[in-house]
Amino acid sequence: MSNTVTTRRPVADSAPLPVSLKQPRLPRWAPAAIAVAAVAVGCGIGLVAGLESRIQWGLIGALLFILGTYVLAAAVEGVRQAKDRLATSLVWICFVLAVVPLASLIWETVVRGIKVLDGYFLSHSMGTLPDALPGGGIYHAIIGTLQQVGLAALIAAPIGLLTAIYLVEYGRGRLAKAVTFFVDVMTGIPSIVAGLFILSVWILILGFGPSGFAGAMALAILMMPVVVRSTEEMLKLVPNELREASLALGVPKWRTILKVVLPTSIGGITTGLMLAVARITGETAPVLLLVWGAKTINNNPFEGAQQSLPLYVFQQWQQGSDASYDRAWAAALVLIAFVMILNLVARGIARWKAPKTGR
Amino acid sequence: MNSAPSISSAPPPSAPPASSVSGKAVRPGDRIFLGLSRGSGIALLVIMAAIAAFLTVRSVIAISGDHANFLTFFEWNTSGPEPKFGIAVLAFGTVVSSVIAMVIAVPVAVGIALFISHYAPRRLASPLGYVIDLLAAVPSIIYGLWGALFLVPHLTGLYSWLDDYLGWTGIFSYDDQAPRALFTVGILLAIMILPIVTSVSREVFLQAPKMHEEAALALGATRWEVIRMSVLPFGRSGVISASMLGLGRALGETMAVATVLSPGFLINVSLLNPGGGTFAQNIASKFSEADEFGQDALIASGLVLFVITLLVNGAARLIIARRKEYSGANA
Amino acid sequence: MAKRIDVSGLSAYYGSHKAIDDISMTVEPRSVTAFIGPSGCGKSTFLRTLNRMHEVTPGGRVEGKVLLDDENLYGSGVDPVAVRRTVGMVFQRPNPFPTMSIFDNVAAGLRLNGSYKKSELNDVVEKSLKGANLWNEVKDRLNKPGSGLSGGQQQRLCIARAIAVEPQVLLMDEPCSALDPISTLAIEDLIGELKERFTIVIVTHNMQQAARVSDRTAFFNLAAVGQPGKLVEIDDTERIFSNPSVQATEDYISGRFG
Repeated sequence: MSNTVTTRRPVADSAPLPVSLKQPRLPRWAPAAIAVAAVAVGCGIGLVAGLESRIQWGLIGALLFILGTYVLAAAVEGVRQAKDRLATSLVWICFVLAVVPLASLIWETVVRGIKVLDGYFLSHSMGTLPDALPGGGIYHAIIGTLQQVGLAALIAAPIGLLTAIYLVEYGRGRLAKAVTFFVDVMTGIPSIVAGLFILSVWILILGFGPSGFAGAMALAILMMPVVVRSTEEMLKLVPNELREASLALGVPKWRTILKVVLPTSIGGITTGLMLAVARITGETAPVLLLVWGAKTINNNPFEGAQQSLPLYVFQQWQQGSDASYDRAWAAALVLIAFVMILNLVARGIARWKAPKTGR
Repeated sequence: MNSAPSISSAPPPSAPPASSVSGKAVRPGDRIFLGLSRGSGIALLVIMAAIAAFLTVRSVIAISGDHANFLTFFEWNTSGPEPKFGIAVLAFGTVVSSVIAMVIAVPVAVGIALFISHYAPRRLASPLGYVIDLLAAVPSIIYGLWGALFLVPHLTGLYSWLDDYLGWTGIFSYDDQAPRALFTVGILLAIMILPIVTSVSREVFLQAPKMHEEAALALGATRWEVIRMSVLPFGRSGVISASMLGLGRALGETMAVATVLSPGFLINVSLLNPGGGTFAQNIASKFSEADEFGQDALIASGLVLFVITLLVNGAARLIIARRKEYSGANA
Repeated sequence: MAKRIDVSGLSAYYGSHKAIDDISMTVEPRSVTAFIGPSGCGKSTFLRTLNRMHEVTPGGRVEGKVLLDDENLYGSGVDPVAVRRTVGMVFQRPNPFPTMSIFDNVAAGLRLNGSYKKSELNDVVEKSLKGANLWNEVKDRLNKPGSGLSGGQQQRLCIARAIAVEPQVLLMDEPCSALDPISTLAIEDLIGELKERFTIVIVTHNMQQAARVSDRTAFFNLAAVGQPGKLVEIDDTERIFSNPSVQATEDYISGRFG
């Protein structure tokens, strides 16, 4: 070991120690100041050059901000710090870049949707109203959505739950592996393909007409893998000790699952179900192929075309008149509110019922 | 390791079967319950098989009635005595719009994920993650409505600017129509898949081991160097699979494309001008006027879409599975 | 190489919780100083204030002064990155970068600080690995991932990585707690060699270890759970273990406590 102790490091010159711990630094307010300046210059350029699109103003401002921080930091603090600042400004810009359209989406929906949204809109159907005229409502679409989503959940929830129980509590061997794999595959099925499948079987081969139930079957296909996945995750969170404790008391396995495992994870399972319902509520494509849409109230999901909220939005948009745009936005607002409320409640349940273990 | 709810423990926790202990016949309750749950699993497999089978059967009917090459023909004409249709335009449009979406969305999503996991003030970070998850739930038809009525009119300025400076490439030439074009579709799809890609990437970045970040910090690394040395290498496969999941969504998206794109059966070199189409969009817009044979033809194109998304999602799952082994070995 | 550390009136917080209260001490250059004390007494937290790692933890905040040869680590204009470059650290669990080879792990710190010729890097890596008594075991597989080594080897790899950037001070946070006795012995021998070149501060739960490796020992304690930890006394290791001046130290060392 003598060599390490005695030889003074020849590399010491190539690895220069910081002479002082103090490094020249930009003041803390520098990034904010540069950002303000960049936006101002960006808008200035936009005004002077007469660029119409605000998007361009923003992009120019962002570019100036990145360049500004990098050059200033490189000059004052050195290249390493400048790279660090470059990464920071890029990350911030990504964030802003994403927030702007998403916020705009919500904003536009609320502002344009609130115009015709009232009690009348919620409690009336379109009836025989010509599309270009104002008035009408979404009562028939709400009925249709509730029935279709309800039926889909009735089909998908038991199959999904039982499959998850099979995978976690019983599943071993080839069958379980195959199921796991195909559940993954199924998660990725485009909704329009699920619609085409029901179309080919139910309508083209078996010869039934369009109905809410046909749509519900396609929605169920989309919902099943989501339910399986989320339930599986929740069941896996139940500690094995609980199962063993119950089995050791001589409780049969199926009663252990029903009385111990499921009650322990019921909060998470409910959350998963609600999120899955929220997801299929917004599906349009299969409904378009299988339910067709209608202007009047059809209370029977097993017979004849029905309406649904997302399809209503699409068809009103297709009409292309001011009145129908207003209705489309209002229905979109109702749809978004419904989905968001489902999500919030579901996540609330998850937090409230969360298993006290870990994390 | 034993009770940790680790995802990597592939064999699901299952107690020793009661039957082998009691020695005698399985209880009826157990048998019924096992039968029900296994039956559901099998039902799922049957559904998958049925999807593949029925789509194939109908596709065979359609393709055998096609008087043109189904893969390379440029038009979609399913009526009349000699129907001629092909998916070339649809394949082009689907791939191009999805690729544009990925190119825009993935870097931005990684940025936001890093923002939430490593840059945002702590008070902001977890509500932000929450909001991103909520945005992932916004129905696609609403993105479509917003895209058609808000985004499209706001893009004309940007497109003429692109035309001024990059128009010579051909790809970015723009002749001042309403930009209901593939590029617009790409932008909209990017916005749509942003939440899902972000939320998966963020999960992975948050899981990056603290001890490796501290190791980098203790060597005197800046925040960016810490991320480059310990977070990104750890998260790489996660980001790839998140992107694939996003790609799968972009490929199969129907309504947002159907509302924004002004379709046309041609391959337009300029991505800023209207025209083109995607598999899903074509099905949605052609469906109402299609007769039974026309519907079969649409089903055939749907089968192609199905196969493509299967491949993409399968690749994503493979990457995730590989990563599990990797992290399990290091746990 | 090595520098003296002068701490005065240092308190550290996690959010509103005060973890350590008003600590002052001096750590001599080219010596090993051990921190001992019951769990939760703040000795690891205190260690992490010596290279400004404490402020990385959420809500982490520090008051007071840490002078490194008269320069305050917490002075205005001091760059924490430069501080950590000057004060190296080895952690409780060996943490080589899993995606890097053994060579790249050792070279990681140098590469951050500028570009080097391959030959220079080779020299530094060899010297550092020799310094960490690891060279003979790994010289034939420098391009293999560091995570393939045993726990003790990984920890020595981390030490090599820390000393490769030639820090002034080396902080060690229970470096042997995840290791078996033989690896522990190897690390303890290494500490004895490293103190010729570095100022070493080591946190340990193992009192025999403190007695074996350190020149001076600081005993930390806390009045009750939830109370901030305090420095009870710091003295030559021999004094602390034979004739401490505070009763609590004697109680702790003789096992009547904690």
